[in-house]
Amino acid sequence: MFPKPIEHSSAGVRTGYQIMLPIALFIWLLPLLAIVLTSIRPGGDINAGNVFGWPSDFQLIENYTAVFTQSKAGLYLWNSVKITIPTVILTVGLSCLTGYALSVYRFKWAIPLFFIFVAGNFVPFQILMVPVRDLSVNTGLYNTVHGLVLFHAAFQLGFCTLFMRNFIKALPFELIESARIEGVAEFKIFWYLVMPLVKPAVAALSVLIFTFIWNDYFWATVLIQGDHALPITAGVKALNGQFVSQWHLVSAASLLAAVPPVLMFFAMQKHFIAGLTLGATKG
Amino acid sequence: MTTASGNAATLQGSAKPPSWLHRNRIKLAPWFFLLPGLIFFSVYVIIPIFQSIWISLFAWDGLGAKEWVGMANYVELIDDDRFYTSLKNNLWWLVLYMLAVPAGLAIALFLNQTVTGIRFYKSMFFFPFVISQVVVGLIFSWFYNPSFGVVGIVWEFFGATPPSILGDEDLVTFGIIFAGLWPQIAYCMILYLTGLNNVSPDQVEAGRLDNAKGWKMLWYIILPQLKPATFIAIVVTVIGALRSFDLIAIMTQGGPYGSSNVLAYFMFETALSEYGFRYGYGSAIATVLFVIMLVYISFFLWRMYQDEKG
Repeated sequence: MFPKPIEHSSAGVRTGYQIMLPIALFIWLLPLLAIVLTSIRPGGDINAGNVFGWPSDFQLIENYTAVFTQSKAGLYLWNSVKITIPTVILTVGLSCLTGYALSVYRFKWAIPLFFIFVAGNFVPFQILMVPVRDLSVNTGLYNTVHGLVLFHAAFQLGFCTLFMRNFIKALPFELIESARIEGVAEFKIFWYLVMPLVKPAVAALSVLIFTFIWNDYFWATVLIQGDHALPITAGVKALNGQFVSQWHLVSAASLLAAVPPVLMFFAMQKHFIAGLTLGATKG
Repeated sequence: MTTASGNAATLQGSAKPPSWLHRNRIKLAPWFFLLPGLIFFSVYVIIPIFQSIWISLFAWDGLGAKEWVGMANYVELIDDDRFYTSLKNNLWWLVLYMLAVPAGLAIALFLNQTVTGIRFYKSMFFFPFVISQVVVGLIFSWFYNPSFGVVGIVWEFFGATPPSILGDEDLVTFGIIFAGLWPQIAYCMILYLTGLNNVSPDQVEAGRLDNAKGWKMLWYIILPQLKPATFIAIVVTVIGALRSFDLIAIMTQGGPYGSSNVLAYFMFETALSEYGFRYGYGSAIATVLFVIMLVYISFFLWRMYQDEKG
């Protein structure tokens, strides 16, 4: 293990480390702590100059309720759910198929197609913006939840295919081969043999794509205009204009937007990290 | 593989002649699996890339007819000061964003211990990556606020007049990059923590026997083993730097006076401008950004190709 395990060091070093940890964490999360504190204090505190001190009154419930009653935050959050969940299902489902095709079959196009998916995953959003917006307008998908879902699912397919293909490639190929010799149909091999084995990859991709889509801001502003379909990220930006100088409410709304991905991360931490490292650990 | 399936086909074929579909099933199967995803991906990703490049040769407001202008959009771009400001800022983003890689490694080394509660600390350090860039942008707008942000308070504590970081043309880009580094460092940290987990203990021990310590150990024994993590960290950081959009949209909208603009935001602002859409000009900016990105994409694909072969 590197660096040297601290338990082999002197007592002084060990205590020093234990003291350093919370201090380092405090500094690291300082920007976040500032707004957590703001979100639970009365609005008057900030105008009175009490920004970083002890709140004159704890208004956790009042402030967060105010966000819901005085704005459309509830609607925005619900829109985010309606956008995120179908995208995850669609894109992860499709990537199981593409990943399987590109890893199990050895055909001439396997590598070129795989590389097209990978390259597509890295392109700047702006190169897609005008044609995708135009396509959505022409097909009546502009300014709808479906329109955003379809685009997100298609775009995330690049990353998901990369991940799935590499995951399936690492499975023992003999399993598939012996099933073929037994005469099992190709789709049955996929469904009954491979799908149960890729469950960890499905879990990793699901939490990751959930976070990516939940946090998307760019496409929400490009493809959505009205409150009826606006997700919370773009909604928070709108609230920022609405709650001018009501910093306690802006802070509360921002933190609300962050809650679902944070919960997702803490609940599925292992899968989340497995997804992010893209197999960086294998090499 | 082919022989095995061939045998299966002939065995079954002895009963009745196999259909064309059945004989070619191994050849056809991948296309059935690929078809839905491939169509979807082509419509929304592959074809739009070429459409954008094509549109960049027209003047178009998105509503009326397109008017062919050839290279005029690119000629205009060469004379556009906003383009150079954005390009320069993108360069700053690329260079300074790279700090996330060593910083992430440093935090990973700091946290790679087994004391009680360390898992909690690791998760909390990773926290900034999980929250949306929109929220990060709002957090830092607040953080930088000269009258009631943390920066204001710290400066006043030392009796100095706090700078208005987001209102100063010379500081603003650095302020935004600093905010962007926060989640990016967290990402690099997690890549390195996973990498450190897989460092071979034997080699570390062997190094210790050879009296390798501290920096030497890190440089000669640990870092070579962390190469895959470093590779991914650099790739995601470069892509992140060139994609920077959310923070700028939230914190400054390119201001003051366009001084914090980057290509991604400049393109958006131009194409969907309040003063009339300029799809053609916007697409020209996007094409330039795409070409820059293509350098990195090619590098990544080339590395992957080497791995596939080897």
